[in-house]
Amino acid sequence: MTKLCGLLSVAAGALWAQTAPDKVAALEGAVQSAQSAGDNAWMLTSSALVLMMTGPGLALFYGGLVRKKNVLGTMMQSFILMALVTVVWAVAGYSLAFGEGNVFVGDLRYLFLNGVGAAPNADYAATIPQQTFMVYQLMFAIITPALISGAFAERMKFSAMLLFMILWVLIVYFPMAHMVWGKGGLLNAFLGGKVPCFDFAGGTVVHITSGVSALVCALYMGKRKGYLVEPMKPHSMVLSFIGACLLWVGWFGFNAGSALGASALASSAFVATHFAAAAATLGWLLAEWMRTGKPSVLGGISGCVAGLVAITPASGFVKPMPALFIGFAAGVVCYLMVTAVKSKFGYDDSLDAYGIHGAGGTLGALLTGVFATNQVNNALKDAAGAPLPLGLVDGNAGQVANQAIGVLVAWVLAIVGTLVILKICDAVIGVRVDPDQETEGLDLSMHGEEGYSYEA
Amino acid sequence: MKKIEAIIQPFKLEEVKEALKGIGIDGMTISEVRGHGRQKGHKEVYRGQEYVVDMLPKVKLEMVVPAARADEVIKTLVSSARTGKIGDGKIFIYDVAQAVRIRNDDRGEAAL
Repeated sequence: MTKLCGLLSVAAGALWAQTAPDKVAALEGAVQSAQSAGDNAWMLTSSALVLMMTGPGLALFYGGLVRKKNVLGTMMQSFILMALVTVVWAVAGYSLAFGEGNVFVGDLRYLFLNGVGAAPNADYAATIPQQTFMVYQLMFAIITPALISGAFAERMKFSAMLLFMILWVLIVYFPMAHMVWGKGGLLNAFLGGKVPCFDFAGGTVVHITSGVSALVCALYMGKRKGYLVEPMKPHSMVLSFIGACLLWVGWFGFNAGSALGASALASSAFVATHFAAAAATLGWLLAEWMRTGKPSVLGGISGCVAGLVAITPASGFVKPMPALFIGFAAGVVCYLMVTAVKSKFGYDDSLDAYGIHGAGGTLGALLTGVFATNQVNNALKDAAGAPLPLGLVDGNAGQVANQAIGVLVAWVLAIVGTLVILKICDAVIGVRVDPDQETEGLDLSMHGEEGYSYEA
Repeated sequence: MKKIEAIIQPFKLEEVKEALKGIGIDGMTISEVRGHGRQKGHKEVYRGQEYVVDMLPKVKLEMVVPAARADEVIKTLVSSARTGKIGDGKIFIYDVAQAVRIRNDDRGEAAL
């Protein structure tokens, strides 16, 4: 009997000894999977929100601004990228952007999405499946080239646009995304870049590359037939209005989603994004009201987009009051870009892709160097674990110069890359539609359809 | 028979239709048209780009009535479509040679 009791107590002791660490491990596992579930839910939602920015958001915004005869052609230029870029991304794009590679471009380790599955990639986002990270980043690769289409609206051949866009993501977007966000990229502030540049959600990667490429396209392709002679006013402000509102909402996925988790940083980026959009709307309207005597609806919605653009690089680094300032500044500056500056130089950036994304992106990227603070984002730490100063407001004046280098790299890559790609497309296909097709409109000449059919 | 063609402000259409119905005229054809007489257009500004819009939206009513009723119809049109401001529109009156009801080949005023 005593023997049996002794045996039992030994067994119980052994059981207890095993249970404590097991319980801790089980608890840790449960906590981890709870966080993963929360983060993954937010990141999948964000991915869908960012896709919604392209279609219907941008498609409606741009579609309303063109003439009736080009509404479908313009919407298609956004929509087709949801298909085209997705395939390029699946085959090689993700790897070229996020494979470790060299300082300029990723390697081919994730070719055909090899090894991209449920397991997280701790370099980028430790709490969500790499597949979520991959599909989230894809949505950025879709909207960025779609933004360019505002510059060559109403005059680019559809086939040439397809070739242009494939080459553009390969030559401009994937390298730029790698340099700023990819492991080992030249400008990556968090994963060993030589020039630490802060770009939370794509001021350089998305807006400068697309906006500056848009300017190159507008200059290379020339003005639309009848520019400043025929009336070319927006055919439906209503469509543009709905599109801009969808962009504003979708942008929460773009910026707050760039926290890559359902974290306090995501909340901060969400707030900064919203505040900047609000201030920019007021900034643009105020400037316009003073200059032309009327606050226009197009001014209001253009202002909100300008603010969203400018806050994009800063959203995960700045406090709410600087966000208001960045937004307001972007509203005023972009208004002057699309009115005074554009008419002075006379380029036909048809839907102001450069005036809003190029100028707003540049302004935002530079101001990020001023207002970035470790009170918002403490991801950068010194050897002792104390958060490092980020921007000028933290006492790190050199960051403004780093931001300027990032801006310069994006501008140069966009100019050179886009020019080379346009030359190739022009030689192979011809970038511009025939004058007759341009008169007829892209809807009929490119797609054989009409946006509004009065016979039906 | 007289054909009466009235070009009026779009927002006056309902009032004019009711007034015509009041004197027993309920057959008419209307179309949305654009144009202007002495009324000047307006200026629109889109991102700093100015456009002068001088073809303004109007509604055109067409009806054919017995000659004896023409004056009464015109009076009703004028009083119901008038606001007193430039842009109220115009009325044109034509002689009609013949009218045919397609359904049963009625001719003349019987076809109206």
